[in-house]
Amino acid sequence: MRIDGKGLVDRSRPVRFQFDGIGHTGFEGDTVASALLAKGVRLMGRSFKYHRPRGVLTADSAEPNALITVGRGGRQEPNVRATLQEIAPGLEARAQNAWPSLRFDAMALNDLMWPFLRAGFYYKTFMWPRGFWERLYEPIIRRAAGLGALNGDPADGRFEKAYAFCDLLVIGAGPTGLMAALTAARAGADVLLVDEDSLPGGRLNAETHLVSGVPGAGWAAAAAAELADLPNARLMTRTTVVGAYDHGTYGALERGGPDRPAETFWRIVAERVILAAGAQERMVAFADNDRPGIMTASAVRAYLNRWGVASGQRIAVFGNNDDAHRTARDLSEAGVEVAAVIDSRADATCDLADVPFHAGAVVTGTRGRLGLRQITVKTDRGIREIDADCLAVSGGWNPTVHLSCHMNARPGWRADIAAFVPTAGSVPGMVAAGACAGDFSTAACLRAGQEAAREALGDLGQHVPPAAPLPKTEDTPYRIKPLWSVPGKGRAWLDFQNDVSVKDVAQAAAENFRSVEHMKRYTTQGMATDQGKTSNVAALAVLAEVTGREIPETGTTTFRPPYTTVSVAAFGAGGQGAGFAPERRITSHGAAVARGAPMIEAGLWRRHSYFPQTQENHWRQSCDREVAYVRQAVGVCDVSTLGKIDVQGPDAAAFLDVVYSNRMSTLAPGRVRYGLMLREDGFVMDDGTAARLGPEHFLLTATTAAAGLVMRHLEFVHQAHCPRLDLRLMSVTEHWAQFAVAGPGARALLNDLLDDPVDAEAWAFMACGPVTIGGVAARLFRISFSGEHAYEIAVPARYGESLFTTLVRRAEAMGGGAYGVEALNVLRIEKGHITHAEMDGRTTASDLGLERMISGQKDCIGKTMAARPGLVAEDRGQLVGIRPAGGDVSLSAGAHLFDRGAAVGRETSRGHVTSVAFSPTLGHHIALGLVAGGRGRIGDTMRLVDHMRGVDVMVEICAPVFVDPDGSRLRG
Amino acid sequence: MVDLTDRSPCAGSLPLRIGTLTVTEVELGRLTTVSPFLGQRRLSAQRMEAAHGIPWPEPNRTTGTDAARAIWFGHDTVLLAGPAADPSLAQSAALTDQSDAWATMRVSGAGAEAVLARLVPVDLRPARFEEGHTARTLIKQMTGSVTRTGPDVFLLMVFRSMAQTLVHDLTEAMEAVAARG
Repeated sequence: MRIDGKGLVDRSRPVRFQFDGIGHTGFEGDTVASALLAKGVRLMGRSFKYHRPRGVLTADSAEPNALITVGRGGRQEPNVRATLQEIAPGLEARAQNAWPSLRFDAMALNDLMWPFLRAGFYYKTFMWPRGFWERLYEPIIRRAAGLGALNGDPADGRFEKAYAFCDLLVIGAGPTGLMAALTAARAGADVLLVDEDSLPGGRLNAETHLVSGVPGAGWAAAAAAELADLPNARLMTRTTVVGAYDHGTYGALERGGPDRPAETFWRIVAERVILAAGAQERMVAFADNDRPGIMTASAVRAYLNRWGVASGQRIAVFGNNDDAHRTARDLSEAGVEVAAVIDSRADATCDLADVPFHAGAVVTGTRGRLGLRQITVKTDRGIREIDADCLAVSGGWNPTVHLSCHMNARPGWRADIAAFVPTAGSVPGMVAAGACAGDFSTAACLRAGQEAAREALGDLGQHVPPAAPLPKTEDTPYRIKPLWSVPGKGRAWLDFQNDVSVKDVAQAAAENFRSVEHMKRYTTQGMATDQGKTSNVAALAVLAEVTGREIPETGTTTFRPPYTTVSVAAFGAGGQGAGFAPERRITSHGAAVARGAPMIEAGLWRRHSYFPQTQENHWRQSCDREVAYVRQAVGVCDVSTLGKIDVQGPDAAAFLDVVYSNRMSTLAPGRVRYGLMLREDGFVMDDGTAARLGPEHFLLTATTAAAGLVMRHLEFVHQAHCPRLDLRLMSVTEHWAQFAVAGPGARALLNDLLDDPVDAEAWAFMACGPVTIGGVAARLFRISFSGEHAYEIAVPARYGESLFTTLVRRAEAMGGGAYGVEALNVLRIEKGHITHAEMDGRTTASDLGLERMISGQKDCIGKTMAARPGLVAEDRGQLVGIRPAGGDVSLSAGAHLFDRGAAVGRETSRGHVTSVAFSPTLGHHIALGLVAGGRGRIGDTMRLVDHMRGVDVMVEICAPVFVDPDGSRLRG
Repeated sequence: MVDLTDRSPCAGSLPLRIGTLTVTEVELGRLTTVSPFLGQRRLSAQRMEAAHGIPWPEPNRTTGTDAARAIWFGHDTVLLAGPAADPSLAQSAALTDQSDAWATMRVSGAGAEAVLARLVPVDLRPARFEEGHTARTLIKQMTGSVTRTGPDVFLLMVFRSMAQTLVHDLTEAMEAVAARG
């Protein structure tokens, strides 16, 4: 029911939305909860386990009950708090965890079964038969108990991540936060004020207090407007700080709207922080205290004063502190019937006329199936039944200490306010102030905000202005006598979201789960989306009571980030589609795609797989053709992705002798040498080439996959092991576009294009040097991965696409053409060249037949460790070639090899296949593999088994070089 | 005679205009990393100043102007942008031509900082990251270089091969900022 003349919603702007298929009209500024309450809708959800009818409990983010699902398809969002969800035209909200309907939920049967389903029931009951838990019990329980669900579609909303920096972060824009932000911003500090509400002001918007003679909401609006005008202040609404991390870093989640990202995850770095997070009103546990219509007293005031909504037509108030009386007064003044004020304190008084008042009384039970109808009150004059459709409950206030505890500090107990408060110094740079530090009056909050800001300004080394006079406002002392639970039969609920009652906590203690952390796990109290914001303190107080301990002694559970739920989509924002990882494109990317080449991933790089021609419908046809180009004519391949590292300096050669296992210092300028690098543990790290461009200038290549690793390794060795060697390392991978020109026609092709032709004498195998092509300075290397007469030519990347196109066109005219990495792989397997399929991090130089590349004349990284007996043992897997025994059969990489006649099993495996290819040159499949003592088994027949691909064939072990073992094609 | 044509890293994908923001490709001229050999920083700085008229930049700083700019580029490394490095520098420092290795973009317009706040984990507030300040840092997932060249103007550099990705990431961030109005 709306009350005329009350509230901050804009009555001139109606907004239509849907809840559970029924259209409703609210006003701009309404939440789903306030708009539904205005329409008299109290039932908003079903509880997690017993499917009990539940209504809204709070008016803020701590809401445990009123969880709804909004949106459809990829934008369906479950477990949204109806208290935070603002209504918007077309908003579609649905109740969750109820079937077939919210009013008639079949699973409510669980509630009748409650004596069997209490805490600990699962652990005791579903123990047998073994294995049933995972397959049967858990799935059923998960289906029966629950929250909302995603619909399985990929999230298609826009999510964001962003960084923010400030001098002072103020968390919470209530009276404390606003005053703190104003004080600091007026003094010139760079201030960021964040609040999770859509409207700054905190409790000022929910109470009737005057501040400086104007309603609190008006004062808050003016303060927010002043901040908005200051260039050095930023105000972020709908933003919840969810975690405090090291070095002044805070995580925050900004909720979006129709025209902005669904959620933005902020990383805020602040030099100083004022925690002005306010306080959360708590409930009292009494039998059936969870019916729709039973709410915190502060929520009833908030709905009345901020949204102009009476939460019922006849409202009773129950509390243990003076604050509760405010509720009755506000309701009375607004013309809402107050059924009774029930104060558990025997010495309490009430100054409200015409309101039935019961001091020293408690509520012991309630009635009403889908909503509150009647309460039972125990007074010193006996039991009374009072009709009420809403009960406003105040069990006192809990300061919102969470963020102060994210670095493992525990809050301290203050008996005078019966609440935990933040411990000073618990998060470096953060000060708690106002209600979240236990100061509950508005005047105290304003004062605390100002003081905290002045302290922060001093810490920041900024000018601290004299304290300005504070606005005049209420300064009511807070008087409370703790009341955690009302004894009696029936279930008195503590944790509404997890259906945990006082009995469950007592049961946990009875079974010796007396530590608060154990009680939590046993009962599930404090878990799920609300993390027990409305129940933790009451539950541990009850635990203290039943175990005969004091509250401080019992302690709290651990507060961990995030403070509120954060979508995985927000944490992973920007990671969908092309945002997943950077894509590195070679200069010939466009030209290759234009030729229909599929681009495959090689780390972050995209490389052309093969270049299909019109009549080809299988990659093997293209690949075989491209292999034949290289073996018979000439092929061109973009090899720019290989790592290229410039090494310069007087000690460059000496350094290379340290990092390469073989000697590089003897390499003559104008020559290239194959090199092997070992890790410090003696295993092979990478292979590549070193070209000596000048006496003090080398260019190294590393494999595509290991380029970054090698660069890092070289920097490490230089900086950590030999900093006195005078040299500089620089990656030049990106500057040069490099192309392999391979095949019997390679030299002819190049000589068609180069400004000065190359000849056999000056450009023997492993020569290198500068050339020019079309007037462009280029580098030429006579090296070969394919085993053919081949070159690699490098030009500055701006000319890469043009050179690739030119080379390919020329090769095509010679009966050759472009080849991709599939053909490249076949060519290198035919030649027995290794890649990281063989250098898999577990192989040594000796395993790969490269033991002679570890020079005996000098030391190198990994040399000593490589000499360990286990690393040179003859029965280690050694690189061999593999070919079908008899007719051609398909081989598979990853298959294991077994001795003839031996059983096939993990223990009898003698090795595995590392690389496999169909060799068009030989007309059958070939493979490389690592076989125990393999070099001594050349000529043996073995059994190759791949269970996954259903391959089981006999193969012959052979030398790993299938084509041109004496290298005559290479040197020709 | 072969006629090789050149192509810039961002050809075809820039300029980009969304809301109040513009991204354009920048041609900085020759790019040369200058890394002094052991104990030769001072000598290299003197030669740089003598040959190119710009002082050696401190860490996280740039010197010079559009014609010749020295950008701090990491540990003991300066990127000389504009002219070809003077041969005298090669006596005291390793010089490496990087002219084609980097994609360089200028992000300008009101809200440039808000866009970069979505990509760069560095405090870019004007009071902390002034004109002429530079950082080697992450640009979303890429290692790059960020320099402020004006009140609302930043120079971003990433590996040439990643130019497309930076355009993609900037587009997303600019759309998000524009959507907020």
